[in-house]
Amino acid sequence: MQTIMTSVSTVIFNMFIFLSVYVQVFFLITFFENRKKIVTRTGKIKLATYPSVTVIVPCWNEELTIKGTVDSLLELNYPQDKLKILLVDDGSTDNTLDVIRSFEKYENVKIFHKENGGKHTALNFGIKRTDTDFLGCLDADSMADKEALVRIMSYFEKSPTTMAVSPSVVTNKPKSILQSAQKVEYDMSVYVKKMLGLIGGIHVTPGPLTIFRMKVFDDLGPYRHAHNTEDMEIAYRMQKNHYSIDQCNDAYVYTNTPNTVKKLHKQRLRWLYGFINNTIDYKDVLFKKKYGNFSFFTLPAGILSVVAASYLIGRFFYKIGDIIYLKIVEYETVGFHISRELPTIDPFFLNTQSTFLFIIILLYILVITSIVLGRKMSEEKSGFSFDMVYFFIIYGIIAPFWLINAVYSTVLSKKPTWR
Amino acid sequence: MNPEPIDWKKYLIVFLFTLGLFATASFVSNYFSNKKVDQLKSIQDKIAIDILSSETQFSLLSELSCKNVSTYSILGGELGELGRKLEWGQENLGKSEEVTYLRKYYSLLQIKDYLLMKKINFRCGGNFAFILYFYTTAENCSECEREGLVLSTLRDKYPDLRVYSFDYSTDLSAVKAMLDIYKIEDTRLPALVVDDEVLTGFHSIDELEIKINESFKLQEKETIEIENKE
Repeated sequence: MQTIMTSVSTVIFNMFIFLSVYVQVFFLITFFENRKKIVTRTGKIKLATYPSVTVIVPCWNEELTIKGTVDSLLELNYPQDKLKILLVDDGSTDNTLDVIRSFEKYENVKIFHKENGGKHTALNFGIKRTDTDFLGCLDADSMADKEALVRIMSYFEKSPTTMAVSPSVVTNKPKSILQSAQKVEYDMSVYVKKMLGLIGGIHVTPGPLTIFRMKVFDDLGPYRHAHNTEDMEIAYRMQKNHYSIDQCNDAYVYTNTPNTVKKLHKQRLRWLYGFINNTIDYKDVLFKKKYGNFSFFTLPAGILSVVAASYLIGRFFYKIGDIIYLKIVEYETVGFHISRELPTIDPFFLNTQSTFLFIIILLYILVITSIVLGRKMSEEKSGFSFDMVYFFIIYGIIAPFWLINAVYSTVLSKKPTWR
Repeated sequence: MNPEPIDWKKYLIVFLFTLGLFATASFVSNYFSNKKVDQLKSIQDKIAIDILSSETQFSLLSELSCKNVSTYSILGGELGELGRKLEWGQENLGKSEEVTYLRKYYSLLQIKDYLLMKKINFRCGGNFAFILYFYTTAENCSECEREGLVLSTLRDKYPDLRVYSFDYSTDLSAVKAMLDIYKIEDTRLPALVVDDEVLTGFHSIDELEIKINESFKLQEKETIEIENKE
């Protein structure tokens, strides 16, 4: 019986590892297929026409960061008369309203105050007051690069069927090891998002400066609460309705990353909980040919990462439990006993069994490759950085916690809060 | 607005590519497993030669002198080390047939070592104590695991204690003969043989320590008797 359990567990384990490698290889092949198409522009560009764009900045208790956010919009390399900025104070209890009032003097800035209702209500409030063909949102903890908007708009100019374009969200200068680790993750996601964009499988249109055609909201309706991940739900809804989303890898938006483990945990719990629950809400999209790669690759890959990681964590704790159990049995049987022989390291006992070790090494190589490629796309820097070590160590330790918490919260229908 | 059509060919190519990577990894790991089995074989061969050589030496010289024979006893540790490696190999190498074969051979070497050491002990006045230990891997035997822990602790504490362990299910006539001699039944495992006395079920470290010490005293007495005779 035990041997059957062990071999079932081994088969499941190998299957998960196989699929994880599959996902990474899929990205890599997509990269090589399209490597000529992926351009990273460094200079200024010009558009044939500059359509009017509205950027909504929803803010709730952001007195410290909101100024930088609005300043970055005012400094955009985009004709200011074509850019409308709506600052929507969502019932802040701090000084946010006073800070945003200082922008009243700008003609293209409009300031609104409403009762607190959550981010999606602030966005919908702004959408109702939008009269341009293009609109986007900029989270009040992020700052747009000067060239970001014009580069995004060039994608719309090139393709009239593109309905939304998301930027490369990168981290603001990291100030701690925790933030350096997150920087690596953001770099990697630049690569992942670009690949998803190329196959038409983007599943999230992030709050920091994704630009939509107004038609999206006219046709599909406003933002929803969507388990506090409205920027994910709108992307799901667009995919379901065949509205194409692209990714502009050289439009940078700098976001402030959580500076404590607790805040990071809270953020990731919300994201992951949002992913799990939005996917459950949209489960009918899964494995249907008409929904393209989103249905056959993006969602399954996301589900795989949650399930496989949960399984691996479970397995890990089981093994730890097993070791502790054996130690207890040993203590009970022979008491505390120190061997007179020093433990020696015999390479014989290094486990090179069942392809496991080599596949894990391979998986690491693939992940490092994607970080390096993402870094190249987002910073034009190649090679390794020490931050990767922080990334693997820190995420290896803390990521299981938000994963467990998100799965647990989903099972118990316990909704995580925003902050 | 139509979604990008699914490129099934790409899904297949990625699959084949991933399969290729897995095959390579499996090939590499297989290579290392084979190397380890080879390593086990060579250790075993070396021990076999050592035992055979000591046996032969003993036969040649037994009547004359005990001086030269004692060298073999130093090697006792190697047999234990091989046992640990084989046990690990059984669980981790995934080469069950080859490892099972090696384990049979190992059981045989243990019996030979036991017989030889007993002879040397008797004739040349060594002060060794012997435990034969029978366990099972065919079913879950938590008592066997605990007994194993007791025995390795004892072995560590008394370098002159020689423990020989036999898997009940070993398909080898020599092992079966031992099971017959001591009337070991698979329903009463673990079983231990100390100085021809059969103990079944779990025995704690304290109980066994008393037995071993008795055994050591017995050996000492015998040795003195032999010396007196000479």
